[in-house]
Order: sequence, then C-alpha cells, then structure tokens
Amino acid sequence: MQIDDARPIWAQLVDEFRRRIAVGDWRPGQKVPAVRELALELGVNPNTVQKSLAEVDRLGLTTTERTAGRFVTRTTAAIDEARAVLAATTADGFAAAAAGLGMSLDEATALLAQRWNSRKEDR
Amino acid sequence: MNIPAIEVTNLTKSYRGRAALRGLDLSLPSGRIVGLMGDNGSGKTTLLKILAGVLSDWDGSVRVAGHVPGPESKALVSFLPDASFLPDTHRAADSIALFERFFADFDAAKAREMIDFFGLPWDRTLKEMSKGMREKVQISLAMSRRARVYLLDEPISGVDPASRDVILRGILGNLDDDALLVVSTHLIQDVEQIVDAVVFLKDGSVLLSGAADDLRDEHGTSLDSLFRKVYAS
Repeated sequence: MQIDDARPIWAQLVDEFRRRIAVGDWRPGQKVPAVRELALELGVNPNTVQKSLAEVDRLGLTTTERTAGRFVTRTTAAIDEARAVLAATTADGFAAAAAGLGMSLDEATALLAQRWNSRKEDR
Repeated sequence: MNIPAIEVTNLTKSYRGRAALRGLDLSLPSGRIVGLMGDNGSGKTTLLKILAGVLSDWDGSVRVAGHVPGPESKALVSFLPDASFLPDTHRAADSIALFERFFADFDAAKAREMIDFFGLPWDRTLKEMSKGMREKVQISLAMSRRARVYLLDEPISGVDPASRDVILRGILGNLDDDALLVVSTHLIQDVEQIVDAVVFLKDGSVLLSGAADDLRDEHGTSLDSLFRKVYAS
C-alpha cells in the first residue's frame, strides 16, 4: 500500500486492513499477523498498527482473544458490510469523476457497462 | 509506564557563553519512537549527548530511565553518535567483540544476525566499507544492546533510499515494545512513517511537539511540510 504522509497513518491502516478482509486476503477465521510483523511489512510504527487493529476490532471485523491472539471474524454480515463500504467508496470516486467530466448518469452507466465488458474480454 | 523514560526540565547548556540549549523542557514515555527534528545548530546533538551522559556542565534537571546522566543511566542507554566511533582497522567481528567487553546488556548473537540482515561483509575492515555500510555496522551494534533508551543521532544521514528502508526495518524489527527510541534527523521524510511522536527544536528549545498522527490531522499536512512551515514562520 502507498501511504500518504499528509493524512493520519492509523486511519489509512484501518482502510487497508478492512480492504484485506473485504477482498479475502485475510480470510474469515484466519489469524491476523502480529503487530510487529505488520509494522515491518508496511514500514510503519508498531503503536500505529496497534491502534488501527483496535479500531478494526471495534468495527467487528476482527476479534481478540486474550491468549490466542487476533482473528478475522467468521460473521459474514460484518465482512459483507466492509465489502459494501469499499464498493460504495469506489463507486463514489467514479461518480464524482464522471460528473466532473460533465457526464449524465445514463452516459456514465453506459460507459461503465462498456468498460465492464471489455474488462471481461481482457481476461 | 509510571516514570517517563526521559524527563528534562529547564535544561540550559552553553559553549563558551554561546547558548546551545535554552531552558528546554521535554518528557517522553517508554514504548515510543520519537523523531527529534531540527535544523543544523538547533541543539539536537547537544541534547542527545547530555541524555547519553557524555556531555557535562549543563544546568537544569535531567532524568534518563530514572537516573541523572551518569554511570547508572549509561548502563541503560544505547547511544549512537553522529560521528564514527569505531577504529578504521576493525572488521565487524572486532567491533562486536569490543561491544561485548564494554556493555553487559550487549547481545552478540543479535548483532551478528543484524550484520547478516544488512548483508554486510565479514571480511572487510570499516575503512574498506562505504559510508552506508559503516552506518549499518554501527546501527547493528547500537540496536543489539538490551537498553531501555536508544538515542540515535542522524543514523540515516547520507544513505540512499534503499539503504534507508533496510535500516529502518532493522531498527523496527529489533526494538523492544517497552523501550524508548529517539532518532534525530534534519530530513523528516526519512523517518516520517515510523515515528509516533515528534519534537521540533529551534534555537535550543522545543518549538513544537506532539503525536505524529494528531499533528497530521490537525494541520492536514505531512510532518515534513509542517516542519518547513513552522521553521519559515
């Protein structure tokens, strides 16, 4: 992930961890890597990672068991919600950019459909 | 976390009548990585030397790991000075042996691991190494003490970005959770992402300090831009 130094890093890490859970990089029930391991991987401060993981706990995407460590939730509703939030954010970005280019909803929808299909052909 | 790892009150130090530190106050808890930022001449090195116990004749109150700087604090503080302090003729193993004799808390196995982690040659003398390689040897030694407080004076000045990242990872991977690490630099962007708090020095006192993410949130900029802005004003 690319870190933006102008924004609080902990919030960016929360987004990154939510994304990993939403897209299944971290699978339901999987043990979350240790704080130090994540700090080294991302090149950030361990306390910042700790703070972010606590927030991901609070969002219900992970649970911490005192002795065993931290695990991705098995509650599919929580993961579905994270995926929905991620998808909505991405859609917002596209909608804002398309509107900024002066496109109508119909034009934007048609464009999306066209690109969607060409994406399939690429694969 | 009852006593701060570093507690400084009204610290003043002059060199032949010229003030290097002017009534500086600072309190830093354990378990943090703190960036000590400031231009050349702002007092960073003087402050670190006093905390390390290698500079005397100052006024004010200083406690490091609960002690006035001296033999007791030195046993708990690992100081990496700005200038090279190892003989040119040393190979890495000679320096490791030297540290083993000097410091009771030195972990030679860990130092050897770090030398390998940095990919440094065992068969070359320091004189035959590049600047970046020498820095890595010195960091390996400093981080291999089981200290309560680590004071690193410009540990990554003048190394290339790839080396910088490796050095930062070496530091992150070898720091105990409850130790305090103070790293000084005049290039904030070098340490921007690993510090959880910063202290900006100017003309021998604290201009601004705070938690890194709080400052980013409050000012909407990177620490690097914030630093440039507060120094310009």
